[in-house]
Amino acid sequence: MANYTISGSPHVHSTENTRKIMYRVLLALVPALLVAIYYFGWYALRLTLVTVATCMLTEWLIQKFLIKGPVTITDGSAAVTGLLLAFNVPANLPIWMAIVGSIVAIGIGKMPYGGLGKNPFNPALVGRVFMLVSFPTAMTTWPQAQPIFEKGFFADAVTGPTPLGILKESGLQTIQQMDHMQFLDMVLGNRGGAFGEICAIALLLGALYLIARKVIDIATPLTILLTVFAFTGIFFLIDPTHYIAPWYHLVYGGLILGAFFMATDMVTTPMTLQGKILFGFGVGVITVVIRLWGAYPEGVSFAILIMNAFTPLINKAFKPQVFGVVKPSKK
Amino acid sequence: MNPIKTFKKGGVHPEENKFSADQPIQDFPMPKQLIVPLGQCLGAPAECIVKKGDRVLTGQLIGTAKGFVSANVHSPATGTVAKVDVVMDHTGYYKPAVFIDREDQDEWVPGIIQTDQLLTDIKLDAKAIIDKVKECGIVGMGGATFPTHVKLMVPEGKKAEYIIINAAECEPYLTCDYRLLLEKTQEFLVGVKILMKAVGTDKGIIGIEQNKMKAIELLDKTIAEHRDLYKGIEVQPLKTKYPQGGEKQLINAITGRMVPSGKLPIETGCVVVNVASTYAIYEAVQKNKPLIERIVTVTGKSVAKPSNFRVRFGTPADLLIEAAGGLPEGITDVINGGPMMGKSVSVTNFPCIKGTSGILLMTLKEAQDRRQTNCIRCGRCAKACPMGLQPFLLHKVAKLNDFDETEKNHIMDCIECGSCEFTCPANIPLLDYIRYGKAKTGAIIRARSQK
Repeated sequence: MANYTISGSPHVHSTENTRKIMYRVLLALVPALLVAIYYFGWYALRLTLVTVATCMLTEWLIQKFLIKGPVTITDGSAAVTGLLLAFNVPANLPIWMAIVGSIVAIGIGKMPYGGLGKNPFNPALVGRVFMLVSFPTAMTTWPQAQPIFEKGFFADAVTGPTPLGILKESGLQTIQQMDHMQFLDMVLGNRGGAFGEICAIALLLGALYLIARKVIDIATPLTILLTVFAFTGIFFLIDPTHYIAPWYHLVYGGLILGAFFMATDMVTTPMTLQGKILFGFGVGVITVVIRLWGAYPEGVSFAILIMNAFTPLINKAFKPQVFGVVKPSKK
Repeated sequence: MNPIKTFKKGGVHPEENKFSADQPIQDFPMPKQLIVPLGQCLGAPAECIVKKGDRVLTGQLIGTAKGFVSANVHSPATGTVAKVDVVMDHTGYYKPAVFIDREDQDEWVPGIIQTDQLLTDIKLDAKAIIDKVKECGIVGMGGATFPTHVKLMVPEGKKAEYIIINAAECEPYLTCDYRLLLEKTQEFLVGVKILMKAVGTDKGIIGIEQNKMKAIELLDKTIAEHRDLYKGIEVQPLKTKYPQGGEKQLINAITGRMVPSGKLPIETGCVVVNVASTYAIYEAVQKNKPLIERIVTVTGKSVAKPSNFRVRFGTPADLLIEAAGGLPEGITDVINGGPMMGKSVSVTNFPCIKGTSGILLMTLKEAQDRRQTNCIRCGRCAKACPMGLQPFLLHKVAKLNDFDETEKNHIMDCIECGSCEFTCPANIPLLDYIRYGKAKTGAIIRARSQK
């Protein structure tokens, strides 16, 4: 007589799995990558290939030879880290620095904690901040966006400051006089900066896809953007000759990239809606504080990393309301 | 039609796969021998009152309820008791059962009305109805098999405002309740009236998922045609969403009330009864007929003829599978019930009992026991949980045997619907660990309250 599988219910499963989620994130980043290749040519492509390959190789080496456990590099999470890392650095960054950054991202930011799902901090940001403090010059020498058909696929890029850099160093008047620093340039990506962050439209396109596929929740990015808008808006209203209009803050720097693709990382951010809103608020406030008064022109990565550290606490504080349990009144 | 309602928290939407929805109920021929388990309800098994060699009539009492939460068992056929022995039932354990060698002709116990005529006049009073329900061994036939008479006895100081009929049939694949609603509409509605009389309310609400539009329309039409007869009965369409038919979810969807944690549904003034049980109550009260048969859906993606059979208890399931086109190639999972809450069985010849709502056959690919990966803390399980729990956390603390934490995080509120595990992208067997934690935590709580 045949014997059948005995297992606990449920006996059916949704078709969702981790790999699909990760590949959707990769897919969502493709438009921004194409824009980056359009503006930075070979440098962007080379850098992306290096970081993705290094991240996957590092994970493979660690799983194979240090942990001696199952190898899961095909789940796409290492590739996501690599791609996001590339998005966060200047396109002309020396290759060896990108390799070091990738090794740090996976080797220090992710695997020591137990790999996928166990890391407290966003690995790509760990790699990025490590590079920022180790190679400050290379990490802040930004190539200017220049379409490849104007200069060729392999051409060297002209370097120059990012909008936030100009704002920090030279003040509001300077940036207002530069005609290629207008709002539309910012949205289309025609500006200097880390290569994945420049084109708001491409990033938002990817983000919309992720929201539609329910991979990310809009609550976190929305709160971040609203907080930054409101916070910088207050200062703009107080002194418009000194502070730039809040809508510029939304498209400057890595805010869109950070808000939609890194502050929504499931592993390192809170689970409940209230938690997500608090997290987003924290990221927004810290970002603005660094941008307006900090030593660095941009603060999104630091803000997300700092809030990552609060995630376990936020998760403890904001639990879902249990069905049929009445909260004891605080009298 | 009333506006569509649904429960407030969580839920998932698995593929519906109601293949047998258009198959009329067929009377299943009885085999030569029926194997009737004595434990057919949640709670204590019945005590056997027949012995080898006894001749029993159809509908004759063969096992008496033992204890408060227990139900009588009746003979589903006329014949001779071959032996009282054990049989492997759907739980996979050997349980006591009465083996009956059947005679060709049914000889019913005198007093049981045999006609198919609709009897709408309810002669019994509330107490007599409940006694009759108890006597006839009626249990919750959605699968939980909780004795119905216990539910109907409204405790002192409480009041039943509503009878809610659970016709959601939110389990994918199953169609037994749907067929019964279509084919025994009037009998079912009289059953609702009986229930309303039993608990002393004039409001009865039938909750049906909107994927059963035909049943909703038919019920609405029948009630409209016989307005005097079915006064107070309402049909409430519900969103097709699992677990719409969970008792607490159903009450929440229909009345907006929430059963307090750790309390019974009567706290909200509701008594919830399943469709098949309601029909059984009609037969018991109006026709004096004990519960000896039910509708069983035999189904699966690769099953040749998905069917709905009227089956006498004790009929081995493999005969039903045979009648539905035989066991398809590559079946690895045989499930007693639906895919979300049904229990997998190791053999196909287990006897059908009061809780057998369906027999579902699945291949390895459908059942997809895929490799488990790390939790990525996506929170989908918490979002899907209709009880507002955190399955990822319960799973973790149960695994660590930390039963203080499981209790603090309301593990006992889990209804084991399986939505969390269904939705988990890392394929973590969340519910397996939560069930384990629940059993251990429950034992600790009981031990503590006995001190």
